[in-house]
Amino acid sequence: MSLQTAEPVIGATTSTSRIVGFSSVEMKYPDGTIALSGVDLDVAPGEFVSVVGPSGCGKSTLLRLASGLEHASSGEVDVATDRIGYVFQDATLLPWRSVERNVELLAELHGVPSAERKAKARAAIALTALTGFEKHLPKQLSGGMKMRTSLARALTLDPELFLFDEPFGALDEITRERLNDELIRLFAERRFAGLFITHSVSEAVYLSTRVVVMSGRPGGIVAEFDVPFPMPRDPEIRYSAEFAALTGEVHHALRKGYSA
Amino acid sequence: MTTTGWAPKTELETESLVKPAAQRKGRLPSFVPPLVVATAVLAVWYLISYVFLDQTRRFLLPPPHEIFTGAIFVPDSLADIGLATLRTTIVALIGLLIAIVLGVAWAVAMSQARWLETSLFPYAVILQCIPILALVPLIGFWFGFEYPARVIVCVMIALFPMVSNTLFGIQSVDAGQRELFRLHGAARWTVLRKLEFPNALPAIFAGMRISAGLAVVGAIVGDFFFRRGEPGLGALISNYQAQIQSEELFAAILAASLLGIVIFAAFGWLSRAAVGAWYESSGR
Repeated sequence: MSLQTAEPVIGATTSTSRIVGFSSVEMKYPDGTIALSGVDLDVAPGEFVSVVGPSGCGKSTLLRLASGLEHASSGEVDVATDRIGYVFQDATLLPWRSVERNVELLAELHGVPSAERKAKARAAIALTALTGFEKHLPKQLSGGMKMRTSLARALTLDPELFLFDEPFGALDEITRERLNDELIRLFAERRFAGLFITHSVSEAVYLSTRVVVMSGRPGGIVAEFDVPFPMPRDPEIRYSAEFAALTGEVHHALRKGYSA
Repeated sequence: MTTTGWAPKTELETESLVKPAAQRKGRLPSFVPPLVVATAVLAVWYLISYVFLDQTRRFLLPPPHEIFTGAIFVPDSLADIGLATLRTTIVALIGLLIAIVLGVAWAVAMSQARWLETSLFPYAVILQCIPILALVPLIGFWFGFEYPARVIVCVMIALFPMVSNTLFGIQSVDAGQRELFRLHGAARWTVLRKLEFPNALPAIFAGMRISAGLAVVGAIVGDFFFRRGEPGLGALISNYQAQIQSEELFAAILAASLLGIVIFAAFGWLSRAAVGAWYESSGR
């Protein structure tokens, strides 16, 4: 009884409740480049973890490992769910399918019966504010709308783990901020676990419960920051002193990682 | 230094709103320049017929209107040419259909395994490189000089564009889309049906347009050499040439040209109808 002294820390995770865990993961490509080295990272249910780091530091490789698209050369990657939503850098919509049919795609691949699939697609479309655009083709959509469609498509599987690979990187700032807010609203409602790759420190801090900073090649984790602001985030928090202080710290860690 | 090149909106937000300024004020309608060319060609034609060729040699290039008065407005000749055109059309379409089915199947097979591609693609290229005229006598030798031989010539000449375009279309699937399908455990057949084949459709239709033109050539060439059975345009052209019926010869050539144009246009239309809605072609 007296052994249980340590109070669980908010944001900290234990190996039993994690939904994805990397332990001393190394990723080496056949040509000899080492993309990742000694990575330890756990993401628990209800956590939204952003990873920031310089270009080419292997951030995206983390997602490819978590999703099973690639396998680590050494170390272990444990994923405790098979309901994974993966949102790519590009919207990767099928240009011959309407928004509605694109959103239905994954459920279709998983063999979900038509009626259920359509219901799920309708719900996801409503959730991502795409109602009214069901019949549009991808080429008729703006970049932001394409990304929403991509998000809606992933939502139909009701994922427990969401992997985001710089999904808003190609968007203008206003669209990006709006999609950030919508993502937070979704996260607050659904409470999936999120692993979010981005270049933008302020986006990382604004979206996440925890921010992880990676160093340049070979990629490794050099710092972690818990983000204390309550969910769902108040958009005005972006302009607060606490927010500025935290993004400043993340920036410093990032700069140190560059020189490392 | 300056920031004038900086645009507040990204490309993504403004796409598809900008249409090329097709019709600017004060410019000639687009049909005028070709019309000018046609008039010039007709003028030169008349000049050669009436000025450079004397009466006895005028059959080499009869003046344009005589093609109408001497052949097209003559019911017998018109019936001959019409019927021959119809037969050639049927041969060309059957040949084209077979080439489409074979070509797509060949390409799909190659796309499914690397070893199949490396073993089969060279033969597609070789088929394309062999001068078809050199093979025509052999085809007649093997398959007789009637209908089937003509169709085979069509198929051989029209096959390659179908194979290469379909293969290109399948292989040009976006890597991210492939990963999406892989991520969600799609079987190979599903990937083919829901991703690769639809993605290849624009290229397949482009191939069809090329093959359609070639199939007409094949039908006429085959017919030109295989003179047994009911005459198509090739046999007719050959006859008219032998008998120095130059008005009819020109009318038959005109019919062959029109057939080529109509088939090409028809497949262009089919392509736009089938994939024009979603496919952003760089041309047109």
